[in-house]
Amino acid sequence: MQRFKKIFATDVYIVPLVAILLGFLVGAIVMIVGGYNPIEAYSALFQRVFGSPYDFGEAIREMTPLMLTGLAVAFAFRSGLFNIGADGQVIIGMTAASVIGIKFAGLPMFIVVPLSVIAAGLFGGLYAGIAGYLKAKRGINEVITTIMLNWIALFLSNYIVRTFLLLPGQNRSEDIPASLSMTFLNSLFDNARLHWGTFIALGAATFFYIFLWKSKQGYEMRAVGLNPHAAEYAGMNVGRNVIKAMFISGVFAGLAGAGEVLGVFHYQSIFAASPGYGFDGIAVALLGLTHPLGVILAAILYGTLTYGSAGMSFGADVPPELIRIVIGSIIFFIAAQGIVRWVLKPFYFKRKKEKVL
Amino acid sequence: MSAAAPVVELKQITKRFPGIIANDSISLTLEKGEIHALLGENGAGKSTLMNIVFGLYQPDEGSIEIDGKPVIIDNPNKAIELGIGMVHQHFKLVEPFTVTENIVLGMEPKKGLKIDYKSASEQVRKLSEQYGLQVDPNAKIHDISVGMQQRVEIMKTLYRGADILIFDEPTAVLTPQEIIELMAIMKRLVAEGKSIILITHKLKEIMQISDRVTIIRRGKVIDTVQTSNTNPNELAEKMVGRGVTFKVDKQAPHVGQAVLKLNDVNSKNKDGISVLNGLSFEVKAGEILGIAGVDGNGQSELLQAITGLRKIDSGSITMTGKEIANLSPREVIEMNVSHIPEDRHKHGLVLDFTVSENMVLETYYKSPYNKNGFLDKEIINKHAEDLVKQFDVRTPSIENMARSLSGGNQQKAIIAREIDKNPTLLIAAQPTRGLDVGAIEFVQKQLIAQRDQGKAVLLISFELDEIMNVSDRIAVIYEGQIVGEVFPQDTNDQELGLMMAGSLKRGGNANAKV
Repeated sequence: MQRFKKIFATDVYIVPLVAILLGFLVGAIVMIVGGYNPIEAYSALFQRVFGSPYDFGEAIREMTPLMLTGLAVAFAFRSGLFNIGADGQVIIGMTAASVIGIKFAGLPMFIVVPLSVIAAGLFGGLYAGIAGYLKAKRGINEVITTIMLNWIALFLSNYIVRTFLLLPGQNRSEDIPASLSMTFLNSLFDNARLHWGTFIALGAATFFYIFLWKSKQGYEMRAVGLNPHAAEYAGMNVGRNVIKAMFISGVFAGLAGAGEVLGVFHYQSIFAASPGYGFDGIAVALLGLTHPLGVILAAILYGTLTYGSAGMSFGADVPPELIRIVIGSIIFFIAAQGIVRWVLKPFYFKRKKEKVL
Repeated sequence: MSAAAPVVELKQITKRFPGIIANDSISLTLEKGEIHALLGENGAGKSTLMNIVFGLYQPDEGSIEIDGKPVIIDNPNKAIELGIGMVHQHFKLVEPFTVTENIVLGMEPKKGLKIDYKSASEQVRKLSEQYGLQVDPNAKIHDISVGMQQRVEIMKTLYRGADILIFDEPTAVLTPQEIIELMAIMKRLVAEGKSIILITHKLKEIMQISDRVTIIRRGKVIDTVQTSNTNPNELAEKMVGRGVTFKVDKQAPHVGQAVLKLNDVNSKNKDGISVLNGLSFEVKAGEILGIAGVDGNGQSELLQAITGLRKIDSGSITMTGKEIANLSPREVIEMNVSHIPEDRHKHGLVLDFTVSENMVLETYYKSPYNKNGFLDKEIINKHAEDLVKQFDVRTPSIENMARSLSGGNQQKAIIAREIDKNPTLLIAAQPTRGLDVGAIEFVQKQLIAQRDQGKAVLLISFELDEIMNVSDRIAVIYEGQIVGEVFPQDTNDQELGLMMAGSLKRGGNANAKV
């Protein structure tokens, strides 16, 4: 009961909720200025997501990689690192899954599929680990290295697909026989591309929570993230923790890649530009306050909005880009919590938020 | 005092935080041109009260009058407008900026769209002359001494037109020489018509400089007295609510075998400059060796070398006969070395961890806290509960963030953790820095208790009083070298001062006399 009370007494939950509402409000104002009807637009948006089983399934498909990249960024964040390279790690994960899924297709599926998924996570992790290693041993800022590694990943995977996996005459790989699709749900969701990646994401979130807050290694990583100096004084190996944290972060991102190629597309395309999963992941991580549960909820919101934005243009003739304004504003309000608290001020009755001196 | 209204009058100020009344109906007046000291233990509510005056907090009850007019100060800008300036304990300066840039920050004189630095530095120079605040307007903050940084803080408030200056523990970070200079500056300020509230728990300074003292204990005003009518003992008693002895009680030491031995230790910093320069000394079981010295003579580097945070280039460091030089921090800790670090916020605690989590910062990976890779929260909490009780760490609960504790209680938490490990060698760096009399007494007693249990204690302090009172033997460090070893009973402040300044050496033969 005490605990229950505590959950509702804190504004950790209220602030993001209000930020979301404010974000919608800003979007609505922009729509009104642009001569659109926001109520129509928003209802078209939600209609699109919840209107048919197919769309609902597809929305879940949209959310899945966001959950994993969001977790990747959030995990690094908790260890004091800013992983901008989730995008590259997703691509590496995709490529690893594609290579295994195509080249080992001769083996029984119950071996190939897990093997592809594991390879995606492992290589995503190792790839992120490069940035961790450079930070730990050479003191190079991970922001810079991960950005550079994104480009390397993009061109490296394009090279691999083109050289080893190409479907002749096409700009993509052969079909991948290994599949994560949940075909048994096809009739229920009208052939929406649901796949096991969603459960992998939920599993990853659970792992995130247990590892960081219950395990010995997670304790170390949090200490390093919050105060590397004190961690070093206390005898923790800061460098090793940095590498480990980047590795785990990269594993999450790599798994997102596996879900996309094995569960959604069943082939890997040659990318003309960065697919952007990792950058959406940064937004999701911030939106979720870098807590695993928050990240899952944020990914659901983010996925709903992006998927539903197509409905806005069909149903209400509102350009789908407007939803980016809504998402951008929500993140802005979450980052600038002071504004939200100011908006909330009249609703607080003698709330004490100051810290005890 | 004239009949004019006081510059500041606080009436019945009450401020509550969840679970605690920080200020309980506090009234206080500040007359024009006086230095009014606010004395109280850590966590007594001094800072809360001043944060109310400076507009960082709102009082739940009570009112504030400035020059006889009631005012509501709801943010620091309002306070600045009313002529209130605060010199914070932890400086709020932009390090890569120059002195002038820091002073005018936010109120830059402009010439068109550009900042007029010429007139800015002219104004800074004028202020510095008027109040005798010597600063180089064009020096960068990270190049100047702490004392000078503080003068920049003072000038920031003056530049903003402050008539009422609040000094929050101004001497906590200063060397003895800088303290004397600060006192002169404060006298000059009041002579120029400013009024000063001085928050401190150093009785010596209060006696020297203040006109009146208000003593606060647990959020309540105990008394306001004229400084000339009181004495340090009376003040201390009022502050902590019981008699305090300034002399540290201790028996003669029972000195045993050498525990820590440093022999000709050399280390360079990354610019290639020697920071430890053939340093040698030893600490024996059952004694407290005090390292005296002026800040910046290699004390930090010495600590780092012993605790494994700094590589040494040559020489040896041994713990009970085993070489520990260039081991990792954890390997050193596992040699039964405990360490109360100099900077408790940076090195001693993870401020955003709970008290409970901080209590196992060095032992979390061992049984019984760690079970197959998972931490046993119940045992960790139990352990924290025990330590909090045993060492009287005042916190609403062990689940509170270390950040929310007062400085003294943070230090108690660190000491609890370090002593609980039952070390062979206890290193205490500036263990009483920023603490009040009650807490200092507690810390020093703990150090002596450890020594009486046969532990070797290495005490590094910039406070001569502390070195003289607590140590059994004193080594003086100067430019990375031990320039003298003496017994406290055979020396005095003057002699130590000369050695600390490098102008006198007294051979390391003090050892031989034991």
